[in-house]
Amino acid sequence: MRHAPPDAVFRSLADPTRRAILERLIREGELTVRDITGESGVSQPMVSKHLAVLKAAGLVRDRRQGREAHYSAQARGLAPVFHWLEHYRAFWSARFDRLDDLLKRMDP
Amino acid sequence: MNATTTGTRTLTIEREFAHPPEKVWRALTQPELLAEWLMKNDFQPVAGHKFNFRADPVPGWNGVTDCQVLTVDAPRKLSYSWADSGADAKNGVRTVVTFTLTATRGGTLLRMEQSGFRAGPDDRFHQGAQHGWQKMLGALEGVVARL
Repeated sequence: MRHAPPDAVFRSLADPTRRAILERLIREGELTVRDITGESGVSQPMVSKHLAVLKAAGLVRDRRQGREAHYSAQARGLAPVFHWLEHYRAFWSARFDRLDDLLKRMDP
Repeated sequence: MNATTTGTRTLTIEREFAHPPEKVWRALTQPELLAEWLMKNDFQPVAGHKFNFRADPVPGWNGVTDCQVLTVDAPRKLSYSWADSGADAKNGVRTVVTFTLTATRGGTLLRMEQSGFRAGPDDRFHQGAQHGWQKMLGALEGVVARL
């Protein structure tokens, strides 16, 4: 499996709903969109959208069975998160955005 | 084999800001401005000064970074050490952060280099793999808190 770019991984984890979905998949193993929708308080189309983002980031995989897709967490997709250097790449990039905002607000 | 002499890695991030170096320098060295974009701190632009960056603690991270100012060359170069603290120090990072400011036609090219990432101890994936998914879930919160 190729790793998704670290930025995509971090961006996909920045959303609390997506994080909650991923955490459920990690805890409970393979689930269908319907299973996930049940307790999430989010509509099924939204859950599907979040799963697509997680899949693009390499954090989940899906397996078709009949009409339903079964989703599971991909441990290896989390590798960039657990490497400090990649972690700090996302950190500094986000902080430089904030620095840019601050510079616009500062006195010349 | 010595862990400090084996290969380390450096992270480099560059961005051009549409503001002069003197202004970017202020944002990097005035504690209250620094706090607005980076983290709360007791920084002083004095070589040898020891200080902390502080963020809200989360499971798996105490939120405190130990630093010491190494170089102050206004408005061109600023560097300080950057290390995890307390109980996190053992498996955390021990790095040096260096900012280099270069005047450009449009403003300032800011280059941030963070050097000294070790291949083994700084690779939390090894730790995550050792401790399993529960540890990873705890660490996830720490990752998001720092973004």
